[in-house]
Amino acid sequence: MTIDLRRIALAVIAPLLAIVFSLVVTALVLVATGDPVWSTAKAVLDYGTKPNVLALTLNQGTVYYLSALAVAIGFRMNLFNIGVDGQYRLAAFTAAVVGSSISLPKPLHILVIVVTAMLVGAMWAGIAALLKATRGVSEVISTIMLNAIATTLIAYLLRKVKYDVAGSNNIGTKPIDESGAFPGIDLVPGTDVKVFGFIFVAIIAGILYTVVLGRTRFGFDLRATGRSQSAAVASGVDVKRMVVYSLLISGAVAGLVGMPQLLGGSTRSYSLDFPTGLGFTGIAIALLGRNNAIGMALSALLFSFLDSSSIILDFNGISKEIVLIMQGTIVLSVVVVYELVRRYGVAAEQRRVSRQLADEQPATPTEVPA
Amino acid sequence: MSATRPISRKVPVIATTSAPPPVTAQTDAAVELRGITKRFPGVVANRDINFVVRRGQVHAVVGENGAGKSTLMKILYGMQRPDEGSISVDGKEVSFHTPGDAIDAGIGMVHQHFMLADNLTVLENVVLGSEPTKAGMLDFGTARQRIKEISDAYGLDVSPDPLVEDLGVGDRQRVEILKVLYRGAKVLILDEPTAVLVPQEVDELFDNLRELKKEGLTVIFISHKLDEVLAVADEITVIRRGTTVATVEPAGVTARQLAELMVGSELPTPETRESTVTDQMVLEGKGLTVRSVEGRALIEDLSFRIHRGEVLGIAGVEGNGQAELVEAIMGMRPLAAGTIGLLGEDLSTWPTRRRREHGIGYIPEDRHRHGMLLESPLWENRILGHQTEAPNVKGPWIDRSGARKDTQRIIDQYDVRTPGIDVLASSLSGGNQQKLIVGREMSGEPKVLIASHPTRGVDVGAQAAIWDHIRAARRLGLAVLLISADLDELIGLSDSIKVILRGRFVADVDPSDVTPEALGSAMTGAGGATS
Amino acid sequence: MSTSTVAPVPPGSAPSGLRGRLPTSGVPLAMVSIAGLVLLLSIVRVITGADDLTSSGTAGAALALAVPIGLAGLGGLWSERSGVVNIGLEGMMIMGTWGAGWAGYQWGPWTGVLVGTLFGAAGGLLHAVATVTFGVDHIVSGVAINILGLGVTQFLSVIAFEGVKGAGESQSPPLDDIATVSLPGLRDPLLTLEQHHWFLVSDLAGIVRGLFTSVSLLTVLAVLLVVLTYFVLWRTAFGLRLRSCGESPVAAESLGVNVYLFKYAAVVASGAFAGLGGAFLAIVAGNGYREGQTGGRGYIGLAAMIFGNWRPGGLAAGAALFGYTDSLQLRRGGESVHALLLLLGVLLIAGAVLLSIRGHRIAAGVAVVAGASAVAVYVQTDVVPDDFTTMTPYVATLLVLALASQRLRMPAADGLPYRRGQGG
Repeated sequence: MTIDLRRIALAVIAPLLAIVFSLVVTALVLVATGDPVWSTAKAVLDYGTKPNVLALTLNQGTVYYLSALAVAIGFRMNLFNIGVDGQYRLAAFTAAVVGSSISLPKPLHILVIVVTAMLVGAMWAGIAALLKATRGVSEVISTIMLNAIATTLIAYLLRKVKYDVAGSNNIGTKPIDESGAFPGIDLVPGTDVKVFGFIFVAIIAGILYTVVLGRTRFGFDLRATGRSQSAAVASGVDVKRMVVYSLLISGAVAGLVGMPQLLGGSTRSYSLDFPTGLGFTGIAIALLGRNNAIGMALSALLFSFLDSSSIILDFNGISKEIVLIMQGTIVLSVVVVYELVRRYGVAAEQRRVSRQLADEQPATPTEVPA
Repeated sequence: MSATRPISRKVPVIATTSAPPPVTAQTDAAVELRGITKRFPGVVANRDINFVVRRGQVHAVVGENGAGKSTLMKILYGMQRPDEGSISVDGKEVSFHTPGDAIDAGIGMVHQHFMLADNLTVLENVVLGSEPTKAGMLDFGTARQRIKEISDAYGLDVSPDPLVEDLGVGDRQRVEILKVLYRGAKVLILDEPTAVLVPQEVDELFDNLRELKKEGLTVIFISHKLDEVLAVADEITVIRRGTTVATVEPAGVTARQLAELMVGSELPTPETRESTVTDQMVLEGKGLTVRSVEGRALIEDLSFRIHRGEVLGIAGVEGNGQAELVEAIMGMRPLAAGTIGLLGEDLSTWPTRRRREHGIGYIPEDRHRHGMLLESPLWENRILGHQTEAPNVKGPWIDRSGARKDTQRIIDQYDVRTPGIDVLASSLSGGNQQKLIVGREMSGEPKVLIASHPTRGVDVGAQAAIWDHIRAARRLGLAVLLISADLDELIGLSDSIKVILRGRFVADVDPSDVTPEALGSAMTGAGGATS
Repeated sequence: MSTSTVAPVPPGSAPSGLRGRLPTSGVPLAMVSIAGLVLLLSIVRVITGADDLTSSGTAGAALALAVPIGLAGLGGLWSERSGVVNIGLEGMMIMGTWGAGWAGYQWGPWTGVLVGTLFGAAGGLLHAVATVTFGVDHIVSGVAINILGLGVTQFLSVIAFEGVKGAGESQSPPLDDIATVSLPGLRDPLLTLEQHHWFLVSDLAGIVRGLFTSVSLLTVLAVLLVVLTYFVLWRTAFGLRLRSCGESPVAAESLGVNVYLFKYAAVVASGAFAGLGGAFLAIVAGNGYREGQTGGRGYIGLAAMIFGNWRPGGLAAGAALFGYTDSLQLRRGGESVHALLLLLGVLLIAGAVLLSIRGHRIAAGVAVVAGASAVAVYVQTDVVPDDFTTMTPYVATLLVLALASQRLRMPAADGLPYRRGQGG
């Protein structure tokens, strides 16, 4: 059992070191711009632990977690689904349009909306998947291109279905009926802000992720392909098919990213100011959480804590973009630290195994008789 | 641990580990190694290496796989630094920090795995790092001229313009030799140079070496092929388990004695005694053709039959289509023509998984790329290749406990040295990794085993064990397709041998009355072997 | 015994081609392709009446827009030729735009160019440290740098542009321009020729006028850099060593080449190129730093590099192609893109014929369907809506990658991690 403890320790060190390192960098940046470090940290902590901010943190964390899951599914197969951004927005838009044009009893209504979103997300990712499987196009570039195409596509379609949002220049889709609202929960005492009910869906998604990838044949094939494509091919895995499946699933989960906001927010519609950039944060969180369901949950909470509590920074005259720097530094440092820790871990294991084998070995045979 | 008493009184040993022989005035030492020691995490690769290479000679260094020869050569060439000990070149002590230092000292290395950039031309590969320039630009003219000079002087016949990827193996080796001569090497280190050559090409290489000797160059020749070493070397140093055991002259030893020095104990043989071939056909290939992307035929119209209890060996120089044949049988490459039948069923269009499920086991040539997941634990590697069969799976789920139990069984049955089944595959030695793979592929009662270079890079003990397992399975009715570059292994294990050349079968050979030389001739198409 | 030496192939040329009669590589191929393309465009213009297809305005804009893409592509080329994949070009370009904007309004445009380039190089240095020294996966590092680049520039904008006149949280004050040059005596005569709208002659006049008059000095610099890249990488010792790091770093190290050093140099240069492209966007194409200015050109540059088979000449062609589609959508977008649909349809159908001759029937089928639908859309609509024209560069990138990806040869060790002492 010592092996497991050691592995857990190694697994946790990388993210911890990365966070510490980026805290240091952020502190240095603050010093460089002449801002006080300790009082800033204190202000952030004070504000961030207020009940209503905590609730907001949980909400945003749910969204980030789903995004990270989508990215992680790709990562486990060595695929980079940078297109989560375009996938979730297109999915949310389509789901909003569909959801607002039908009327069904509550559970069914929600189900239709969510399924629509997942299908659209999968389909949009599927374009990149097909390009990769049939023409060998790098999914990195194709998903990024698809992001840009999705943005203009949504702008065009929004103009077609436009429904003026009262009292603003915003255009959006027609709001979904109350039957499509996902109930919120009073999870945090001391505040009226409800936590997205969708958080349970996110938790279930995380469990499914761990179980499917770790315990099923499909998951084994997926992880094997990610670890060594050549070995997977020799073992009978149809890699092209795996690429398509994995990106489709990743896109489907990406479709869920916009659902908490769409179904649990105040206006149940998709408008121009629907949150953007969630896909990239998902990448950062997946890297920090090392593609592990619990690690990503903790990382998602960390990032959303930083987001929510950084609002207070404006009040103290500090540019809140410093959070972006911290997040970016976390991403870069976590991959560096992860690599160093991995190398250390592999070398240490090799040493340990050799030592154990040497201990067990019988005395070396003496010379051949002449 | 080092051998301080003589191994065999019949062997005129010139030196044992402790003291190299005195250097006389006539034969100066070109290179002298004293007390070289090198440690890596978990293993001592070299321990107290001592020997002297005299100028103008071919000095062979022999040892089995994993004895530490490669590490020693990397040290001599500046790729690694020794933890202890000293190296002297021409009587002066030197310390190499990079290969550049070794090159400057006149040492040139011809690697076992050629260090050539496929997409660059011969000229570019040769001058890299020592380019002639004129006004800041590469002086192609001077380079071309110099290459021609060297090529003519040593009879290498190398042309500067082709892309390296278009060259055959023998040509590439000559480019490697020219590379070191271009840099003014006086001492050439050749690391297992004949591993990829057939006997005729080996003779050509040895002629080249004699030419080099005549010009006053010194050659250090690393090999585990004892017949060849005895044919060309002036002095032989034996390394075993990382340390020098003896230095002998070829005139006074036989290959067998050398082998015993190398291994320190009785040698195993691959020879098979009784025939177990039945007439029940298991695997049949008819007219197999595989084409490259550009349409070139990589294998053409190959037909074969393997029966229960039969080992069919495929002999051929690497790159003549063996790999493509194996991939076609496994379903990793599409067939342009032909059919493959397993026990009467045509599986030519089946995906790889289905073929494996129906009883084809596969020991891949490159175990790191095709045989295992290096960063996964052993029990997950047990599942690899068999992830749809018991005991690894139960329905859509992975049966963890089933897989783990079976992994333990394989470890016990096949003597895989490992502290447990949770260690990463990368922590095991090559031989133990291969034993695990063999155990895995033999489980589940396969009907036919495709074994591609099954004992490559594996220490002698593991090699013997793997041969035993193949022989045992053969007795129980397993059909085996054996591809190997080790002619002894091929001749020893096979019931029949087919020779492949440029994608076609060109000869059928009976292993019981063929010599390695005759087989080698057939492999290069330079003369008939018996059919 | 020399057995299988192939007929000598001059260094640095593409692998042997398809048909015997047409040239298959290098400058002759370029000439023939350009001639064919101009002819095709001319025909389409006459049929559709979309005069902007070959106008001097379009050609000039195409050249200007090709520059940042081409510079990004050059950055990608330098990096990948040394074996490091650089997805972070976009982030480095963003930093270049910011550096140019920030320095340009204070100390003049050329200082802006210099600072933008340096900022990009700094991004490259970061990528080099992560990938070469720490062995981080190249793509992960690149994505991280894109995130960082965005964050850092947003953060710095708030600090640096606070209270500066004409600037805001997401833009710098307007910058002065850099001088432009022209070939003398061409401007007016060519304009007259162009306005006659004669088949082929006017098209040529328009294109030549656009390419050779009122050209920014930075554009000239960019073109020179393309040529310089070829010479340095294929004709000098430095370039050979750099390329060997991308083809076989093990071989390079065994011959005493300091692989780490060359990778560093290549990746930093790569960042510098991207930064220069960013500076161009800020100073020449735009009017100062603006958030979101790069618009994905870092990635489009990579597509141009792939299209060009990792060679400067092909890359320039790819950049020109993307610059052209970019310029069309910025100008009289709807009409020109609409006309291009016809061209695309014709090309796809021609391609389908070729494919079916060579026996690739499925691909031919797909091409025919795609081509027919393009023509159908052309016939049934008058103009392409604005939003769709904005998409043109991105769709073009996807198409190019889909069609080109398979027959290419990237540096053999591209993207592979490398550690010293790996050899043997």
